[in-house]
Amino acid sequence: MRALDEAETTAVFEKLFKFTGNNLKNIIDKESHEGPDKEPGRYCFRLQKNRVFYVSESLVKRATNISREKLISLGICIGKFTKGGSFHLTIQSLNLLADNAKHKVWLKPSSEMSFLYGNHVLKGGLGRITENTVAGDGVVVFSMTDVPLGFGISAKSTQDCRKLDPNGIVVLHQSDIGEYLRMEDDL
Amino acid sequence: MVPNSLTKKRGGKPPQTRPLPPPPKKKQKKEFIPEPQSESEEEGNITEEEEEVEGEETDGESFSDMSSDVEDDEDDDPFHKDILGEEDEDHKEEGSDSDSEKDDPETKSGKLEVKKEKTKVEGGLETKTDIQKEVDELKREFAEFQLPTKDELEEEKLKPDLTNLQKRIKEIVRFLSKFKDLRQEEGQSWKKSLSKAEGPSRKDLVAQLQLDLCAYYGYNEFLMGVLVEMFPVTELLELIEAYEKPRPICIRTNTLKARRRDLADVLLNRGVNLDPLSKWSKVGLVVYDSQVPIGATPEYMAGYYMLQSASSFLPCMALAPQENEKVVDMAAAPGGKTTYLAALMKNSGIVYANEMKESRLKSLTANLQRMGVTNTVASNYDGKELPRVLGMNTVDRVLLDAPCSGTGVISKDESVKASKSLEDIQNCVFLQKQLILAAIDMVDANSETGGFIVYSTCSIMVPENEAIIDYALKKRDVQLVSCGLDFGRPGFTRFREHRFHHSLDKTRRFYPHVHNMDGFFVAKLKKMSNMKQPPKSLKPSETVEQAVPVDSSNDEKIQPEVKSQHKKGKDTIQVNSGSTKTSKPKERRPKRKFPSREELSQAREEKRKALRKKNSKPIGNVDE
Repeated sequence: MRALDEAETTAVFEKLFKFTGNNLKNIIDKESHEGPDKEPGRYCFRLQKNRVFYVSESLVKRATNISREKLISLGICIGKFTKGGSFHLTIQSLNLLADNAKHKVWLKPSSEMSFLYGNHVLKGGLGRITENTVAGDGVVVFSMTDVPLGFGISAKSTQDCRKLDPNGIVVLHQSDIGEYLRMEDDL
Repeated sequence: MVPNSLTKKRGGKPPQTRPLPPPPKKKQKKEFIPEPQSESEEEGNITEEEEEVEGEETDGESFSDMSSDVEDDEDDDPFHKDILGEEDEDHKEEGSDSDSEKDDPETKSGKLEVKKEKTKVEGGLETKTDIQKEVDELKREFAEFQLPTKDELEEEKLKPDLTNLQKRIKEIVRFLSKFKDLRQEEGQSWKKSLSKAEGPSRKDLVAQLQLDLCAYYGYNEFLMGVLVEMFPVTELLELIEAYEKPRPICIRTNTLKARRRDLADVLLNRGVNLDPLSKWSKVGLVVYDSQVPIGATPEYMAGYYMLQSASSFLPCMALAPQENEKVVDMAAAPGGKTTYLAALMKNSGIVYANEMKESRLKSLTANLQRMGVTNTVASNYDGKELPRVLGMNTVDRVLLDAPCSGTGVISKDESVKASKSLEDIQNCVFLQKQLILAAIDMVDANSETGGFIVYSTCSIMVPENEAIIDYALKKRDVQLVSCGLDFGRPGFTRFREHRFHHSLDKTRRFYPHVHNMDGFFVAKLKKMSNMKQPPKSLKPSETVEQAVPVDSSNDEKIQPEVKSQHKKGKDTIQVNSGSTKTSKPKERRPKRKFPSREELSQAREEKRKALRKKNSKPIGNVDE
């Protein structure tokens, strides 16, 4: 377990910024409530076996006496570095993203399951979408009852969505909570 | 909140006070207890007893009183629950029957009246004779009943006849449950009638029953032997039958993300038929049937609930972690209990979730992340190493859901029936003993809010449960405390030849046929001090070595240390002769009471002088 170096930090922050915009500041400045200490401090990012964890400083302190090979996870895992060195957000980061999301998409109940099987979001299944989404923005996908289901990249801006035919893709699928079942071993 | 009709109809989980399958439960009672409030079926027993009383013509004690006595007995006395022990119990009953209260014959008639009312019998005499007939009939049958010969058994082995087996099991159970009546002549004590026994003996019956049950249900002899020792026959049958059926599916609301009522509404809309679990849990729901796979709804994937058996709620509730505590789950995968702990702590404090098996880590982390647990550090150690890694006496609470033989979850895993042997149990026991000591060592007795250890298994075997706790009580300074669960049977304080610590009745046992959940055992320990020895076995020599932080022993403790230093010094400088050895204690003893520095140094000086003098003399190679 170690802190991220500069290049890694940039990669992580860029990804997060895509989804949260200026709310990234909230993520970094948030006071943590985990940990047995009276003042657990803030959250920090830690790298352990290619995975990036977003975790309370107090927990980090307590986890130092667990050796590197034996430490499996701590706090929230938000993503991993691939062998090629690029950073991917994983589904575990969804809660963090959902709390701070800038662009959101709500799905009709009929298309929920389709998304949860790993398909893109089509215009036909779109319930609502935040205004002023631009193509290429990171969006978090919710059900109509505000359950976060996953996230992806918007394929069309809000304006374009209006004129799109029902089979047009609105959000390109990146990750969804169905992965907890579909690919538990790869998480 | 639980609509009874629903629960009954679906065979779901009834509230704990009501036993799950009502009819068999009554049957069980019939066996030992002449129970007053019962249906026609049981009249036989009762009136039979009445006749006995009349035959003796001395007994004024009512049976309602008696039966309540016996009932208490059944609750308190684990011995009563085993078939062979039953004999003793019968003795007792008989004893109280003839000895107790040889007075007030008026009350007798009065109470008989009451009984008649209760049993709703119209003509007392008629039924009495009816029942007498029934018993006679049973006696006749019993006299005729013959256990299969060896040859027959051999034959059965080759081509098993299930209906025949079942018939024989039923018959034997019927005989065994009324064995006392069968062996008893009117107005005669049970002991006497033993001598002129007809039919097979109890021992033979039990042996045959054991064989038949093994054959019919597919258990191995070892496991069935243990079960037969633990339960009276009728209860044994209930238990085995309960093992054949699956337990109701249970889900636990993740209070970090959702409320139970909201979750129930959402799931109802999806076509899931459910109810709140029981009054003892505020987060559990029972699922009767569902049109969608309950483990693949969007709510499940979003971590709003966890599929979890009802029994695994119990250790977490017993541990009752507080916010901002340090808690360890020593065997965490697949994370059902860990996530519950985190939810109880509202994601504050820290939970160390340890799991030894690498293959199970995936499910642990996936569940932790899915449920939105953020206060957890997952590690992959052997539980025995944990005190070394996390430090001795550092955490507030430890949950040890020990690896076990799994004899409580046969309904989930049928392979347990045939695969477990005495060796497997002993292996488990060995591991469990190591783990519980490790668990106790980790807990800080001086913790302001905690200092608790919860030990649980999904086994019903005594060696894996009570015996482990008893072992821990002997090895460490811990005490049993109440689990905070107001149901479940108390643990055994004695079982067969074993005698456990009396406080073991604070542990809790859960059975599939009684509580409609997996067979389970929960014990909660409070660590009293951080020393490694239990307080009562304080031998002076040992306590000195252990450097016990007990105030009262401080004076004694310091002095021997000084003494040992002294010794070392001398040994290195010069070897003592035999004469100094005897003289030294005399010098020291008074000083033990006045351990001031000046005096000590003075004493040392004197000794050195004395030694120097003696050093010139020939030296015997004697150590102190």
